[in-house]
Amino acid sequence: MAKKKTIVEDIDRRIYDIKNEDKFNYKSEKGLTKEIILDISRKKNEPGWMTDFRLKSLETYEAMGLPTWGPNLDALDMNNIVTYVKPDTEMKGDWSEVPDEIKDTFDKLGIPKAEHEYLAGVGAQYDSEVVYHSIKEELVKQGVIYTDMETAVREYEDIIKQYFMKLVPPNDHKFVALHGAVWSGGSFVYVPEGVQVDIPLQSYFRSNSPGAGQFEHTLIIVEKGAKLHFIEGCSAPKYNVTNLHAGCVELYVKEDASLRYSTIENWSRNMMNLNTKRATVDKNGTIEWISGSFGSKVSMLYPMSILKGEGAKSEFTGISFAGKGQVLDTGTKVVHAAPYTSSTINTKSISKGGGEAIYRGSVKVTSNAHHSQSTISCESLMLDDISRSDTIPALDIMNDEVTIGHEAKIGRISDEAIFYLMTRGISEEEAKAMIVRGFAEPIAKELPLEYAVEMNNLIKLELEGSIG
Amino acid sequence: MIEKGLLRINDLHVNTENKEILRSLNLTVNKGEVHVIMGPNGAGKSTLMNVIMGHPNYEVTKGSIEFDAEDITEMNTDERARKGIFLSFQTPEEVPGITVEGMLKGAKFAITGKPLKFFQFRKDMKEKLDLLHFDESYAQRYLNVGFSGGEKKKSEILQMMMLDPKLAILDEIDSGLDVDAVRNVADGINHFLNEEKSLLIITHSSKLLEYIKPDFVHVLTDGRIVKTGDASVAEEIINHGFTEYKEVVNS
Ligand SMILES: Nc1ncnc2c1ncn2[C@@H]1O[C@H](COP(=O)(O)OP(=O)(O)O)[C@@H](O)[C@H]1O
Ligand SMILES: [Mg+2]
Repeated sequence: MAKKKTIVEDIDRRIYDIKNEDKFNYKSEKGLTKEIILDISRKKNEPGWMTDFRLKSLETYEAMGLPTWGPNLDALDMNNIVTYVKPDTEMKGDWSEVPDEIKDTFDKLGIPKAEHEYLAGVGAQYDSEVVYHSIKEELVKQGVIYTDMETAVREYEDIIKQYFMKLVPPNDHKFVALHGAVWSGGSFVYVPEGVQVDIPLQSYFRSNSPGAGQFEHTLIIVEKGAKLHFIEGCSAPKYNVTNLHAGCVELYVKEDASLRYSTIENWSRNMMNLNTKRATVDKNGTIEWISGSFGSKVSMLYPMSILKGEGAKSEFTGISFAGKGQVLDTGTKVVHAAPYTSSTINTKSISKGGGEAIYRGSVKVTSNAHHSQSTISCESLMLDDISRSDTIPALDIMNDEVTIGHEAKIGRISDEAIFYLMTRGISEEEAKAMIVRGFAEPIAKELPLEYAVEMNNLIKLELEGSIG
Repeated sequence: MIEKGLLRINDLHVNTENKEILRSLNLTVNKGEVHVIMGPNGAGKSTLMNVIMGHPNYEVTKGSIEFDAEDITEMNTDERARKGIFLSFQTPEEVPGITVEGMLKGAKFAITGKPLKFFQFRKDMKEKLDLLHFDESYAQRYLNVGFSGGEKKKSEILQMMMLDPKLAILDEIDSGLDVDAVRNVADGINHFLNEEKSLLIITHSSKLLEYIKPDFVHVLTDGRIVKTGDASVAEEIINHGFTEYKEVVNS
């Protein structure tokens, strides 16, 4: 058979790989010292309590060891990471004021177009700082706040003080401590009681500077009976040095409120993605996580839902695609901490070219959480014999009156299905792509349309190199 | 000049897992002809169909297959399909996540190389679904997933009609179908047939042959064709079985 010999790394990742010149207004030294942190804090003109918070986090970071489980993190050398890169612009409320080169990048990523067509607000971060933020006027009138974290610290200091890193405290693990010390950028969203934000808000995080870290902080509060859909996108061009992403997301879903948090993560293959996301859900509230992980060299990502009010609900829908040289260790954690809480976990992973896709998750039911239920379904598809897939689910159930369903399937792409499609005139490459798209379809349809299309393109790009 | 034949199989020997399944098989199907192949279970009928389509599990150790005056023995499966061969499987695969319509659009585009006219495509498909007494909703369902045996066979015929090949190979299209379904399937086949089209049908029963008149009937046992005749051969087998031919081979 004629075989196409494209090597995956040589595939043009098109828009993602646009490398802009490493222009910046300010860039910290490599590594991590008290001076660097004081410098970042000074540049941000922060209140003293935040400076103290950073310094305390640094101490915690220094005192903590690396995780003793999960993927190998040897590629990460903190002494070589630049923790703060301030782009050569201030934050703007109008794209025409954003420097051309940066604006072009976001243009190619489709952000202003999406803003125009289907978003109620947009935040765009370039390296360490947010360069653009906007929100529709009618939302502002209803009291919705959507801004970058720096502005939030200054203008909504009381709220930030009350919530910032309270759900994910710096001593949670080493990279959260690091985050507490060097966090920069990110978005703050506040939806007042009863306000329904029917059109999504989207923040996009773009990392351009080689060897840098990105540490954005996203804090969302959805008050009683309110509703929000938030979309987060991330990407970076590929460099030969290791980059680090250690963002932190804290979501507060109050009584009867609902929040859908969609992420498409498409970092380049030199990125260590060690991200922490957590939601706390009050009585009858709902958190929905939609999570697509395609990029990075190593990912450790386990969004966590703490169902703390009676009847609180969490739904996690995740897909990951691990290609050559990638280890995507992802999953979700749920804590049922109140009666009548429910969770649904539905994940799919695809691995090829020696990539490793691991589902790692845990469901915990506390002793008072009677009549809770959890349904877990994990499916993986390996496209060849050299790829790896694993399912590591942990259950910790302290109450007998609960219903737990668990199903895990690990499979290989079916040669007979490929042959069947080829007998219809479809090429081997396209047949594989169709099967993989089909596998991902139930998840893809949960993604915002533009991202679903993008995901299909990514699958196609990935598979063009997979034969031979 | 002698008619060259749309499909020409010459002295074909086929192995799978080091076992010879077909030995010295010869068969010619001309344009516009309907051929039926009958034979006991395990004779190698499905193997022959798979080999014509280029299934990677089977190795041609000797002989050749020509289609439309071109040697296709080494050709990729998808290329054979694009040249105009269609195989309806004895047991069609279930392919989750791809709708019947989605697959057909992809296939149609691959075969014609031209962008699809969606409106026309939909209209054609609706016509064919109606003719097969196949509910429209099936086009939106995942390819054969959860289809009953009969629905899978209708799905195969729908695909054949939509892709419009020169040669359609139907492997036990009528097995396990109720009388109405056999008629629906036969209607589909007859709608497809004309003097330009050729058919190669494997069947065990007479029902389908009430609707589709074969020009030739071949008996395949132990990996080779041991007899070729007209429709009366089929009748004889349906009435008396294959015992006679087994003796031919063993003698
Ligand atoms: N992929 C395969 N691997 C091993 N043996 C096979 C394979 N395909 C067919 N065979 C064997 O070849 C013989 C013919 O099978 P088949 O062509 O399916 O017969 P038929 O369709 O005439 O009933 C049988 O003995 C069968 O077990
Ligand atoms: Mg058979």
